[in-house]
Amino acid sequence: MAKLSVSDLKNLKEKVSKDMSLREGKAKILVTVHMGTCGIASGAREVMDALMKEMAEADRQDIRVLAAGCLGMCSSEPNVTVEIEGQEPIAYQHMDANKMRQVFKRHVLLGEVQTAFALAKM
Amino acid sequence: MKELSLHILDLAENGIAAQAGLIRILVQEDPKANRLVIEITDNGKGISEPMLAHITDPFVTSRTTRRVGMGLPLFKAAAERCGGGFEISSKPGQGTSVRGIFQYDHIDRAPVGNMAASLVSLIAGYPEIDIEYTHMYDGRDFTMDTRNIRKELAEVPLNEPAVLQYIQQAIQEELHDIMNA
Repeated sequence: MAKLSVSDLKNLKEKVSKDMSLREGKAKILVTVHMGTCGIASGAREVMDALMKEMAEADRQDIRVLAAGCLGMCSSEPNVTVEIEGQEPIAYQHMDANKMRQVFKRHVLLGEVQTAFALAKM
Repeated sequence: MKELSLHILDLAENGIAAQAGLIRILVQEDPKANRLVIEITDNGKGISEPMLAHITDPFVTSRTTRRVGMGLPLFKAAAERCGGGFEISSKPGQGTSVRGIFQYDHIDRAPVGNMAASLVSLIAGYPEIDIEYTHMYDGRDFTMDTRNIRKELAEVPLNEPAVLQYIQQAIQEELHDIMNA
């Protein structure tokens, strides 16, 4: 795929809407990357980037990613919160691309809370 | 901030916090005139006059989670330490425009950095917001407008991973082209 072009977007739309109809159901898992000034300065964009790559690989319709502001604990940034339906939300601290990949593969996909990086239950 | 693109991500989020529906980002690189201009304009709720007078004071913020706001003061300092300047204008109900001017070859000027990553982080994090991004380099330019992309994609959301990957690659290639013509 080269530059932003209408024909590319049309092809992409065809392909993605086919995939989307195969994956049904509502989002049950929400991953929030906290991207306030403090988060961005300490590496939240790289965390978001790693998360998007994991999302592309996992190809799951029931996971949603959002950005949000600062949690109020700037010294622990970058923070990421994982909320799985029916479970307590877990906030992670001092995240980087590697830790994000681990949290995604273990916690988001398999449900194992990564206590080594956890800041708090919320 | 290590890159100016991180300031841009941060300032765009100010607009989103101000309930903007559209953020306009302009990066104007003009090495021949030794000038770099960054402008972020939103159509959010704007800033009242008394607040605007103190807006680059780190101890002034409309947020309630903590009492300091570093985004604008950091951007202002980044511009001023490279022989540039900072301007902000705002009208309540209409929106806010922030502009930083940098001396292009100043030793303290941070690199523009990974614009594609900043744009895609914004779209991934706030898929309902529209972004019009124009990047100019030495008279050549390109524009990405999520309103056009949205129109082509119809029911497919902007934050589908495959769409985000496509946008990121496309921005990288467009930037490469205007910088290496």
